[in-house]
Amino acid sequence: MTRPRLQAEHVRLGYDERIVVDGLDFDVADQSVTVIIGPNGCGKSTLLRGMGRLLRPRGGSVLLDGKRIDKLPTKDVARTVGVLPQTPSAPAGLTVGDLVARGRQPHQHWYRQWSAGDEDAVAYALSVTGMSSLADRAVDELSGGQRQRAWISMTLAQQTSLLLLDEPITYLDLAHQVDVLDLVYRLHTERGTTVVMVLHDLNLAARYADTLVAMHDGRIVSQGKPDEVLTEELLSDVFGLDAKVVADPVAGTPLVLPISAHLRDEA
Amino acid sequence: MNATLAADPAPAGRSALHRRRSRRLLSLAALVGALIVAVAASLAYGAHPVPLDAVWQALVAPTGGEDDIIVRSLRIPRTVLGVLAGLALGAGGALMQGHTRNPLADPGLLGVNQGAALGVVTAVVVFGVTTLGSYIWFGFAGALIAAVLVFVLGTVRGGATPVTLALAGAAVSALLYGLISAIVLGSRQGMDTYRFWHVGSIAGRELAVAGQLAPFLVVGFVLALANTPGLNSLALGEDVSTALGRHVGRTRLLGVVAITLLVGAAVSACGPIAFVGLLVPHIARVLTGPDYRWLVPCAALLGAVLVLLADVLGRVVAGDTLEVGILLAAVGAPGFIYLVRRRGLSRI
Repeated sequence: MTRPRLQAEHVRLGYDERIVVDGLDFDVADQSVTVIIGPNGCGKSTLLRGMGRLLRPRGGSVLLDGKRIDKLPTKDVARTVGVLPQTPSAPAGLTVGDLVARGRQPHQHWYRQWSAGDEDAVAYALSVTGMSSLADRAVDELSGGQRQRAWISMTLAQQTSLLLLDEPITYLDLAHQVDVLDLVYRLHTERGTTVVMVLHDLNLAARYADTLVAMHDGRIVSQGKPDEVLTEELLSDVFGLDAKVVADPVAGTPLVLPISAHLRDEA
Repeated sequence: MNATLAADPAPAGRSALHRRRSRRLLSLAALVGALIVAVAASLAYGAHPVPLDAVWQALVAPTGGEDDIIVRSLRIPRTVLGVLAGLALGAGGALMQGHTRNPLADPGLLGVNQGAALGVVTAVVVFGVTTLGSYIWFGFAGALIAAVLVFVLGTVRGGATPVTLALAGAAVSALLYGLISAIVLGSRQGMDTYRFWHVGSIAGRELAVAGQLAPFLVVGFVLALANTPGLNSLALGEDVSTALGRHVGRTRLLGVVAITLLVGAAVSACGPIAFVGLLVPHIARVLTGPDYRWLVPCAALLGAVLVLLADVLGRVVAGDTLEVGILLAAVGAPGFIYLVRRRGLSRI
């Protein structure tokens, strides 16, 4: 097996006085799609921010291709790792085209602001997310789903071989959720992009993940193929959810069917 | 979404980028034109109007006549200072609003105005300095010290944030204001100088004043322009900015240094000229959109135009007794209210 692209070694992460993740180890294999799941507040986003050097670890280290990410020039990191944080906000009046163009910043220098390569990357990112026709529209005037795709487009314009996406499909209707995940999956299969995502939808997580990582209280409690991780026992332990897990009739991956309180009462 | 990852050249998106670029170039060119007109007006109009051909004569081949003296010794220094102060306040205001992501931010928020004021009154009362050419240095030093103090106080664990900077700026300004009051209330001369300086004026300064401050303004402008790509990424939030390979702390520090040089120099020479730094970025934003690489130069030009036109207007309507600071406050306040009510303040 090749060396992991991204590794957390005994990483300790937190905000102010509060430690959220303590002494966690985590490897992201090359060209894999890893999806992190877990209940609200379990440290998924914190871990993703730590892996993407948006949050400096209090202890331990994050390695990118075997090198400490905090020792690498941050602009070099930005040409390798694209990070899309949760619910970013754009200034009023910023157009989709300009937003996506800002994804090219890691490739630009003060002496060369805009190149043909930038132009192509932006056109590609817009086209692949279906945003070309909206390039002239202001981001703050778009629907939630279009806005989300504009941000994803900006991250794609960065043209990185690693993508860290924090809840990329919140605010989207189911059709658009599938669109975005299909896009991410195609980047993975056609370009070999390594992807780490935080997702709330367990069924979609199971369908798109090579590796599913379940977190609880800042720790990884289970990690592996979706059908190994997503068990009724785990749902009960980690999410406190009473559910049945069956094989998804479409994909064969695990499908979580929650047993709601009113159904339990009737039974 | 398209079924394939093959890049489709998307001509629509491309031509939109080019259209926006030409619109911005046009805005920039129009502002340069407006500045030339404002400069000509500033040289020609006043209590004693000088025809434009006589202005030209005074510039290129002076003969020592009355018109030549008025243009060369009174209006040129005033105009040069107005241009420099306007450029500085416009650019400083755009940077300030960008860094704080606050549409109500004024460059004075960093405590620069009160710092400069304290420097000026200290120079006059404590050190007995009376000439403007000398006490502007105290003003400038005061502005720098106040900005450093605000930046240090506003830097809590993890760096300076817009909120901590604004709070530190307000606290330091209040403290300095108290000190200024204590000093000027005990000194008649301090009070007189403070009043003369504090009204905000570009009149009565020698050309040397502009020359003294020009190096700081030039450095300030270069740093301001260098700060604009970083500011563009910071406008997307600190997380996105970091993800795009920016050092958020360095970007902020560069911005604070640029603002302090620009506004500190302008304020120490002209006193706190209200509303330029607050109003101009909003008007410029209408022309350029939220791209700081265009917004900062356009706000600078617009600031210069506004200061010069306000100064000329004051001279024409009140024969040189209405200082630019007063006129801008009188015109700027309703203008700002109109802008807020008509367009709403953009989220930035």
